[in-house]
Amino acid sequence: MSEDTEAVTRIETPVYLQYNFTAGRAPARFLERIRQGVLTGQRCPRCANVYIPPRGSCPACGVPTEEEVVLPDKATVQSFTVVAIPIPNNPIKPPFVIANLVLDGANISFIHLMSECENSEVHIGQRVQAVWKPEAEWTYAMDNIRYFKPIDEPDVPVDRIGRLPIGGWEDEQ
Amino acid sequence: MAQPDVLSQAFELGFTYTRSTGPVVGRFLTGLRDRRIFGIRASDGRVIVPPMEYDPATAEALDEFVEVGQQGEIVSWCWVKQPRASHPMDTAFAWAMIRLDGADVPMIHCVTAAAEEDLATGARVQVVWAAETRGYITDIRCFELIGE
Amino acid sequence: MTAMKEIAVVAFSQSDCLARAGAANEVELIMPQLRAVFGQVGLNNAQDVDFVCSGSCDYLQGAAFAFVAGVDALGAVPPIKESHVEMDAAWALYESILKIRMDQAESALIYGFAKASAGELPTVLSQQLDPYYLAPLWVDSVSLAAMQARLLIEKGLATEQAMAGVVARARKHAMVNPHAQVSGEVSIETLLAADTVVSPLRESDCAPVADGAAAMIICTVDKAREWGVPYAVISGIDHRIETHNLGMRDLTDSPSTRQAAAGAGVGRGAVEVAELCAPFSHQEIILTRALGLGDDTVINPSGGVMAGNLMMASGLARIGEVFRRIVSGDISRGVAHATSGPCLQHNLVAVLESA
Repeated sequence: MSEDTEAVTRIETPVYLQYNFTAGRAPARFLERIRQGVLTGQRCPRCANVYIPPRGSCPACGVPTEEEVVLPDKATVQSFTVVAIPIPNNPIKPPFVIANLVLDGANISFIHLMSECENSEVHIGQRVQAVWKPEAEWTYAMDNIRYFKPIDEPDVPVDRIGRLPIGGWEDEQ
Repeated sequence: MAQPDVLSQAFELGFTYTRSTGPVVGRFLTGLRDRRIFGIRASDGRVIVPPMEYDPATAEALDEFVEVGQQGEIVSWCWVKQPRASHPMDTAFAWAMIRLDGADVPMIHCVTAAAEEDLATGARVQVVWAAETRGYITDIRCFELIGE
Repeated sequence: MTAMKEIAVVAFSQSDCLARAGAANEVELIMPQLRAVFGQVGLNNAQDVDFVCSGSCDYLQGAAFAFVAGVDALGAVPPIKESHVEMDAAWALYESILKIRMDQAESALIYGFAKASAGELPTVLSQQLDPYYLAPLWVDSVSLAAMQARLLIEKGLATEQAMAGVVARARKHAMVNPHAQVSGEVSIETLLAADTVVSPLRESDCAPVADGAAAMIICTVDKAREWGVPYAVISGIDHRIETHNLGMRDLTDSPSTRQAAAGAGVGRGAVEVAELCAPFSHQEIILTRALGLGDDTVINPSGGVMAGNLMMASGLARIGEVFRRIVSGDISRGVAHATSGPCLQHNLVAVLESA
């Protein structure tokens, strides 16, 4: 019997549930290709927007997407933030930059890390390129790309971000 | 290229909730910690164990606690041949609806028995307390059949 | 009821009941059913209806806000009027009917989906129980149903033979259901020869849990005529819930079903077909009695959920099955039922009639 005499007012009721996540067709295809170091999006048959990572639909048109589009690993900063607090269980030390990046030829951003840059100089429209892990470490994961680093290309005006062709900014100019 | 096999990843989802008990549940759980079982009297006079805050029929707030016995009778039961990982027992056991002496409404808990054949509706059972009681429903480790 | 706007069901589609839909994500599960119902009416996407409501439960697959991912199947640009219930999509239908009756919409798309195979469903469902007294014990949904079945048997309201009979008939009916997960001729003797898993229940007494999706389009009768598509009328719908305290319920009866049936007007005419959402064989016996159905009603001509329990969409699919039979001219009046919670805690009853 417990020594406590105070009334019970709170209880701990942790819930731990075991699951097996399955990726689905479009994400599985994306992950299969990124394991080979290739970034693959899907193009909407109606509005022609390219989505990466793809989910198997165009959320704007509500139609299935099937056509695959191989995209380069150059991107433009659409937005970013400098994070001053650590990510639990992650070796990355703050302050670090998390950015919304749009790959050339894609019309939607994804979130990734930026590095090899002065945090104070990161800006919207900045051109970046993927820094990949060594090929031997590639697996079914977006973090086969360690981070994106700035490259020496002119900034993309805000109204052109998310609209560059697959050939990139230099093609556009 | 051929469609890759289904990609899957096992994971555990955890919700580390802490709950406020409120006065009625708190009183019941405090009772368990002290190895006593309290029910509450409903609007129609029936004793509900474990106690509810409000009468399900009339929505009236309930506050008349009644201590009930630590023995009771099986109202219904099922025999779990292969316990799941989450179950409180790791060998075959029964879940049962148990009406404690002095209570009118059965409560659900587990019952240990050597074999399914030992169980029956109407069988008498008694509380087996956990080694340490801390104010949880699991302070009742299980019920056991009262030997003849 | 008579003063209320009549609701027409104009389209329905459901996926095959799959034990594991691991090769599809939420969007890929939903999309084929949405394309099918849009196709039945001649619509492009969710922009062409006034309201969208879905039913799903993120706990089943352990993916927070999975229902939001489902919106990627809709075509929600520009933004649409959209809502969600963490329940079977039959309740999404109920919300949609209210929306139309409140003059907020003339048409609605409803869909339900689940990938329950990602988790251990009976264990996941234990966490919907009372969080102080039951969830910490991890009492699973099959065990609760088994205790209900024993009460029924010992009160003389069902037999294991009758329960096996429910299963045998359902599987036989399911032979003409192209989406069935389980179907075929099986004798009561064969079913009873199997051992129990959680006594008194055998594995065959428990509906096979399925991944998949179902979708439906409803509208006002005026809109159905404008679209020029065949339709069935939902002449009544009601739902009732009982206390969460299982010890205070009469588990051998379903007073909430009986009340919902009265509210929906089940007794106002002959019931040619009843599609009942009974995830355990004995629950069909309880429901048949509570609905007052006799020998002149064909119960679960699709096989019901014994043919495959499409989690979060089975209730909607029951309504869809009755709709299909009315529009095809097979019947002129039928009843559909959906359930939620342990041991038939919460029940919805709908009456569908030919136009």
